[in-house]
Amino acid sequence: MSANTERMRSYRRAAVTLLVVAALYEASARSGYFAPALLPTLPTIGRTLFAMLLDGSMLGHALYTFYRVMFGFGLAIVVALPLGILMGRFRTVEGFFLPLASALMPVPSLAWVPVFILWFGLGNTTTVLVVFYAATFPMLLNTWSGVRSVNPLWLRAAGTMGADENAMFWKVIIPGASPFIITGMRQAFLRAWIAVVGAEMIAASNWGLGWVIFDAKEFLNTDIMLASLAVIGFIGFVFERLVFGSLERATIQRWGMVRAAKS
Amino acid sequence: MPHIEIRDVSLIYDTPSGSVPGVQGVSFSIEPSEFLCIVGPSGCGKSTLLNIIAGFLMPTGGEIRIGGKIITGHGMDRGVVFQDFAQLFPWRTALANVTFGLEMKGISKAEREKIALEQLRLVKLDKFVRSYPHHLSGGMQQRVAIARALAYNPSVLLMDEPFAALDALTRDEMQRLLADVWRETKKTVIYVTHNVAEAVYLADRVVVMTPHPGTVKTEIPIRLARPRDPLSVEFLEHQKELLRHLGGEAGKA
Repeated sequence: MSANTERMRSYRRAAVTLLVVAALYEASARSGYFAPALLPTLPTIGRTLFAMLLDGSMLGHALYTFYRVMFGFGLAIVVALPLGILMGRFRTVEGFFLPLASALMPVPSLAWVPVFILWFGLGNTTTVLVVFYAATFPMLLNTWSGVRSVNPLWLRAAGTMGADENAMFWKVIIPGASPFIITGMRQAFLRAWIAVVGAEMIAASNWGLGWVIFDAKEFLNTDIMLASLAVIGFIGFVFERLVFGSLERATIQRWGMVRAAKS
Repeated sequence: MPHIEIRDVSLIYDTPSGSVPGVQGVSFSIEPSEFLCIVGPSGCGKSTLLNIIAGFLMPTGGEIRIGGKIITGHGMDRGVVFQDFAQLFPWRTALANVTFGLEMKGISKAEREKIALEQLRLVKLDKFVRSYPHHLSGGMQQRVAIARALAYNPSVLLMDEPFAALDALTRDEMQRLLADVWRETKKTVIYVTHNVAEAVYLADRVVVMTPHPGTVKTEIPIRLARPRDPLSVEFLEHQKELLRHLGGEAGKA
């Protein structure tokens, strides 16, 4: 009950923030200081968005982008989760991969786009690989830290109770490191969204939210650009709140491994 | 034949400032179903000794035999309860914590839940079967830990100051409960504590250790009828005797 009213209150606060920002934007757009072509009013953007939703093009672009994000993000989890766990468990694995991660991590994922285009051509492969590159490191580093922060008492207790390597891995280390693993997934997903739009601007053709924005620039279609940005923000927000929020509530918050913020 | 024999066990810690003896030349044995307390001031190596018996640490000298066999590591013949409440798996309910060992043994789900339920009933927690550890009080968490250590039926229960972090009232209650559990299960128990009254209440025999390096100073049998009355004259006499052995200062107090 109180958790529900608390959530309602936080939604209301978020709505107030959005309304204030929207009002300020609308005032600037109507002030006459800026060319309407560069700063379209909110109703104009809304109409464009609505039209694009109706003819299905926005859905198509969003689905393409979403597909690329999920592919690259999924790939990053499949690679970085086991690798991060092995790095946390075995010093030789850590010794080999940590310098590699430290060297590659500061390289922005977008810097790879031209290289990947030469290697893999324009299109999905390049975009997905850029997303994969962006999502891998947050996942890897968080998992690695998570494994090292697993309470040694859990390992000892599990060992005395006869847990073998396999049981230790699935039934102690993964749940024990889950607060870090979930944080890693959150950060990876965020990085994936940032990377996909950038990669699509350069490497995608005909489909994808990033491509629409870049393409709209050619025709000075600011309304299309801003409508697409709104869709990007919306999908990211929904995923962050609904998917990761509920995942967290169903696992580590329920287990008391993290607490919900008090106020 | 004694259940557990500890023969001339030593452990030397390698630290940056040189090697430090943790325990040195410790020998004693424990009979089947005996409740043995190891008492000593903090830093005397009593927890180290328990960790060696549990198989978490390898002794640098000597050997430990359980049922005649030399131990080489941890094993399911021993159940361990630690001091820290955080020893429970927070992602598992009380019941699922207790079933863990049985799960590792490959026992069917229905069977292991039945056994775990019995164990939780033994520690009077059958109402909290579905609770996660963070919803339980410290005393309750330690009771789950005891049930968990007993569930896969080890013959030895090793306890490292399990009630030291509890408030005095809860501690008394837990000691009574443990005495009952021990009477019903007939496990061989090695119980480490620095609390003299606790040792006199629980133990058949108390091993007193001296610090730096940890060696056995003396062994004192406690031949009081159970359940014991902590306010009886005999009880207090035993307590005084233990305190005397632990050091002149403490003995005078």
